[in-house]
Amino acid sequence: MLKLKKLVKTYRTGDQALKAIDLEMPEGQVLALIGPSGAGKSTLIRCINRLVEPTSGEVWLDDLELTHLKASGLRRARREMGMIFQEYALVERLTVMENVLSGRLGYVGFWRSLTRRYPQSDVDEAFRLLDRVGLLAMADKRADELSGGQRQRVGICRALIQNPKLLLVDEPTASLDPKTSRQIMRLICELCAERGLAAIINIHDVALAQMFVQRVVGLRFGAIEFDGPPEALTPDVLTTIYGEEDWEATIKKVDDDGNEIEAAE
Amino acid sequence: MSTELEAVLGKQWKRPHFVTNPALRWGLTIGFIAYLIAAYMTIEINWSRVYEGLDRGAQFVLAFMTPDFVSRASDIWSGLLESIIMTVAASVVGILISIPIGLGAARNIAPLPVYMICRGIVAISRALQEIIVAILLVAIFGFGPLAGFLTLSFATIGFLSKLLAEDIESMDRSQAEAVRASGARWMQWINYGVQPQVMPRLVGLSIYRLDINFRESAILGLVGAGGIGATLNTAFDRYEYDTAAAILILIIVIVMALEYISGIVRARVQ
Amino acid sequence: MPVKQQNGTAIWRRRTTKQSLMHWAMWLIGTAIFVYCWQQISNATTWFFVWDAPRIAGDIWTRATPPRWEYITQLGRPIWDTLNIATLGTIIALFLAVPVAFLAARNTTPSRFFIRPIALLIIVSTRSINSLIWALLLIAIIGPGVFAGVIAIAIRSIGFCAKLLYEAIEEIDAVQVEAITATGASRWQVMAYGIVPQIMPAFAGIAVFRWDINIRESTVLGLVGAGGIGLQLSASLNVLAWPQVSLILLVILAAVVISEWVSAKVRGAII
Repeated sequence: MLKLKKLVKTYRTGDQALKAIDLEMPEGQVLALIGPSGAGKSTLIRCINRLVEPTSGEVWLDDLELTHLKASGLRRARREMGMIFQEYALVERLTVMENVLSGRLGYVGFWRSLTRRYPQSDVDEAFRLLDRVGLLAMADKRADELSGGQRQRVGICRALIQNPKLLLVDEPTASLDPKTSRQIMRLICELCAERGLAAIINIHDVALAQMFVQRVVGLRFGAIEFDGPPEALTPDVLTTIYGEEDWEATIKKVDDDGNEIEAAE
Repeated sequence: MSTELEAVLGKQWKRPHFVTNPALRWGLTIGFIAYLIAAYMTIEINWSRVYEGLDRGAQFVLAFMTPDFVSRASDIWSGLLESIIMTVAASVVGILISIPIGLGAARNIAPLPVYMICRGIVAISRALQEIIVAILLVAIFGFGPLAGFLTLSFATIGFLSKLLAEDIESMDRSQAEAVRASGARWMQWINYGVQPQVMPRLVGLSIYRLDINFRESAILGLVGAGGIGATLNTAFDRYEYDTAAAILILIIVIVMALEYISGIVRARVQ
Repeated sequence: MPVKQQNGTAIWRRRTTKQSLMHWAMWLIGTAIFVYCWQQISNATTWFFVWDAPRIAGDIWTRATPPRWEYITQLGRPIWDTLNIATLGTIIALFLAVPVAFLAARNTTPSRFFIRPIALLIIVSTRSINSLIWALLLIAIIGPGVFAGVIAIAIRSIGFCAKLLYEAIEEIDAVQVEAITATGASRWQVMAYGIVPQIMPAFAGIAVFRWDINIRESTVLGLVGAGGIGLQLSASLNVLAWPQVSLILLVILAAVVISEWVSAKVRGAII
């Protein structure tokens, strides 16, 4: 469904963030992208929906090539890809409901969005999603009144109301505490399963990634170093991705399926 | 499906209003529109005069393309120099006076009587505008740059003392307390505990005030308090737009230069 | 850290010798400039008048008190005009300042090398020139009256508002804008949803702040003939009607205090 061909991103400073990435994802797969900071995880995600312009290469979403789209075509393509951000990236001075509805901006005209007159179907869907993540009562609160976990739920609603084929998730748990992190990851994966969505989750918590996803891709210096199921992540593999360190502890948690952490909560 | 969800499905959604009380909201809106209409009605606009003026306006804009620095060069030069002199002298004196007043107007380091007096001085200086002060001072001290110098010094005191006092009031208490705990006397305490914290901002504000003082000095001449304003006024009176344009360009260039310098200085002290 | 060796013991100094020499040289130059400026002012001053000043000040004071209270009946209309000049001028300025600010902000300008310098030039030139000078110019062009005052205030305020606003735009959280862009929103929708809500508080604050300043400025615009209470001030000064002058000054003072109070209240309500 998503296919990256020889995707290259070279920043103007000369840093090569992505070196000819080839990646293919089938429908409905949840993929975790791991790697050290600066490995190009964020860049890769942002090159797919062209928040960052790739230098060369191709991005195929089904039968559509994205890197050569003009402005209006790109907008239509972006509607198909929901994005969830590290610091939630809600528009803090808008209400929760406005934030969720902003996911429909690609579908409604400028005046309708300016006067907040969204189609009834969109409004109902927004309420359903808010109910699904347990925030219905918060609909008319301003986004900056919410806690971190609640904000991230609103961010998820905003991405899902786009009715996307693919979710691009950038460090969804980086600013959350361990318990909320796990809840959010679970929620994302559940929703993907419910809707048959594919997702690329960019995450630095290896244990958390292993717990929830079907496939892990390891990135180092802008190149793919590992691609396989979570069980195949051995200390040797982690050393090639992150460098020398004692990895037993990180993986052990996962072998126990995180029971000790769960018990500690 | 939860009952709360059923209750809202199919209902229209409206963004909550900024003013929640509808009577107050409509009252404010209607009141504001009524005011605008009333205000517009009472302004007498002589459209034919405005129309005629467009010609002169165009002339003035064209004069900016061909400013005349030459024919009144000596007037412009002496006026500008006087403005700069007033600005520099008034800024120096104003800053020197506003430091003790700023210290006195900070509640966390000054005793109450001193605080009240200093706040009073600040309030008076801020409430009176430069041009009105200038009129009074010209009446008292006679025409010339002395009145302008005093006006700008007075205005600088109000501006700088207030901001300095606010800065001192919001400073980090623990740093100042650490110095006090070492047994420092009051002057030493100010010098070591307070000054390092507020100095960068004081320098930045001083340069900003220098900039304001220069701009203000350009109008003091209108009421006879010295500076470039008198020359400018004469140029307008004689419809010498090219000379006026030259003066305005000089003012803009100097203000730009001051802003540029202040940017550099602020970056260096911080 | 400069540490000097003297008689075998290390002595700590705040600055090196070269630094402290530079330091003193700077102070010397600064002092010399100030002394020169003061001499120039002193040369241009008739000191006889200055020594006479306390007597003149006392003289003015006795003439100006008590204020001529009954004159206040004639001040209603000028105060109304003053309020209108400030309010309408601010509104016009805000309408013009918004596009200028968007063109000037690094993150929203359509062209950094062509349009942004023009917007910055508009900002600096309208800001550098006092509203009284703009009033002088407009009176020469469109004749004296309230209208010239409104336009003068409006022009002077464009640069001020646009500068503060474009700084606010440059400080917005780029990730929020990115999030809206990622939904497939159009350029205008990104502006309405991603940028405008973030700068709204700054905008409201700037509007009220500038309105407060404009009330002050419009009280004196009449001195050059641009309407408002300054006209009465200038007329009274011309005929040396000091009791009227003192009343007008009291009224101006009251207007300034009230406008400052109102703007503080409104800003408190918004933020």
